Amino acid sequence: MAELAPTRDKGSRTGTPLLAVEGLEGWYGESHVLHGVTFDVREGEVVTLLGRNGAGKTTTLKAIMGVLGQRSGSVKFDGQEMIGLPSRAIARAGIAICPEERGIFSSLSVEENLLLPPQVKPGGMTVEQIYELFPNLKERLSSPGTKLSGGEQQMLAIGRILRTGSKMLLLDEPTEGLAPVIVKQIGRTIAKLKKEGFTIVLVEQNFHFASTVADRHYVVEQGEVIDTFTSEELEQNLDKLRAYLGV
Amino acid sequence: MFESLGISPQVFFGQLMLGFINGSFYAILSLGLSIIFGLLNIINFTHGAQYMLGAFVAWMLLAYLGIGYWWALLLAPIIVGVLGMIVERVLISRLYHLDHLYGLLLTFGLALILQGVLRNAYGVSGLPYSVPPQLTGGQNLGFMYLPNYRMWAAIVALAVCLATWFLIEKTRLGGYLRAANEDPVMLGAFGINVPRMLTLTYGFGVALAAFAGVLAAPIYSVNPNMGADLIIIVFAVVVIGGMGSILGSIFTGLGLGLVEGLTKVVYPEASSVVIFVIMAIVLLIKPAGLFGRTV
Repeated sequence: MAELAPTRDKGSRTGTPLLAVEGLEGWYGESHVLHGVTFDVREGEVVTLLGRNGAGKTTTLKAIMGVLGQRSGSVKFDGQEMIGLPSRAIARAGIAICPEERGIFSSLSVEENLLLPPQVKPGGMTVEQIYELFPNLKERLSSPGTKLSGGEQQMLAIGRILRTGSKMLLLDEPTEGLAPVIVKQIGRTIAKLKKEGFTIVLVEQNFHFASTVADRHYVVEQGEVIDTFTSEELEQNLDKLRAYLGV
Repeated sequence: MFESLGISPQVFFGQLMLGFINGSFYAILSLGLSIIFGLLNIINFTHGAQYMLGAFVAWMLLAYLGIGYWWALLLAPIIVGVLGMIVERVLISRLYHLDHLYGLLLTFGLALILQGVLRNAYGVSGLPYSVPPQLTGGQNLGFMYLPNYRMWAAIVALAVCLATWFLIEKTRLGGYLRAANEDPVMLGAFGINVPRMLTLTYGFGVALAAFAGVLAAPIYSVNPNMGADLIIIVFAVVVIGGMGSILGSIFTGLGLGLVEGLTKVVYPEASSVVIFVIMAIVLLIKPAGLFGRTV
């Protein structure tokens, strides 16, 4: 826990975090799901939220994005408080989400899905760069969004938020249910995005995958962050992590 | 052929033409209802009253301000559309999280208020609104006489329907509408102002109704009940075509207008119920409507 509290100390060492989540509480209707989630992400970092099913990882991303009905606490992005803002304002500030269920619109073609999110900041990828990243998409442009394979849908869901110019990406289990070869491709994509300066919060069940792409890891349990490691520390803490994740 | 059936071609084509004109009105009105239902999930029972209001605004523009038909065709839909947007912001938007029934009750109540107020002020005998001078007269087609204005009204109504279809199915703005229809939360998370889209969509649907009202003003007299009579048929059209289908609304509206016209020729007694009979049959065979998506 000592690793967690000194958010500001870390900040003073390496500059203020791009995303600082503090005491985040969240509800699904009546049920209180998040109990004070606290973590931070520095610019250019890839950070994962690890944890069992139902620990509150997806809910944390939804609460950051402002699509959770009720939430409180503090989410500071680039120094600006986001907690009271509607999701559209949070998107406009430069945070983009790729949800677990991918959120591809079935009544829109692949191309329409890709071009749907408006540009919120300058400097987003061009459509050509996205095709370079995911060549499969280019061949399927006029297909309806939901006629794609799971992997292609995932690429579309990631691809379309790269156009927006948002530099902070929230990726919710991008590898879930995908074939190993696609998982590798997603992994390479995340590495490439990191190199290009994107800041990424990744929710993962698969910590082997997580350890290959991320700098740091937060363990979420029952709606709280209970531990944190860097990728280098992962080896020493493998037993502890296995116990947390129940694997 | 017509003689052997005991029907004169004048009557046959006359009714068919009337059916085509009525059908184009059904199409534009059911289209507006479909768009509003598709995006807002509100069954807009005020639609008929908003159509009537379009005709009344056109009449008022002329009677009080001396503004004629052509400007009214542009101004009345804008005025009624803006009024609709205010109603959406102030009243309808409070009902989105509730059952359909609440929206239906609210809009039904609004329709009664609108009709009541105008009935009180202008009576029910109907106010005359003359055909613009450019469109008076008609064409003698040999087998029938076709009034220019009616032809114009039907063609313009259909052109507006097709333009609307194009807007929704083929443009970027339409892409937002379809996406909002499917998953408004996700669209909001991309930075789109979904509540504002709902307001504008309601305004647009209402403006379509008002536009139809202005087109109808020179054909039917301007009267507070003109929408109430029509809206019941239009709801039947929407049920037959399937809620939320754009092209379905257009085809069904036009087709049913023609069917109604033909029934007047063949068996006039049935003409006022034929649409409801078709509705019952469609509901039995394909409950989601001819073009509707099964939910």
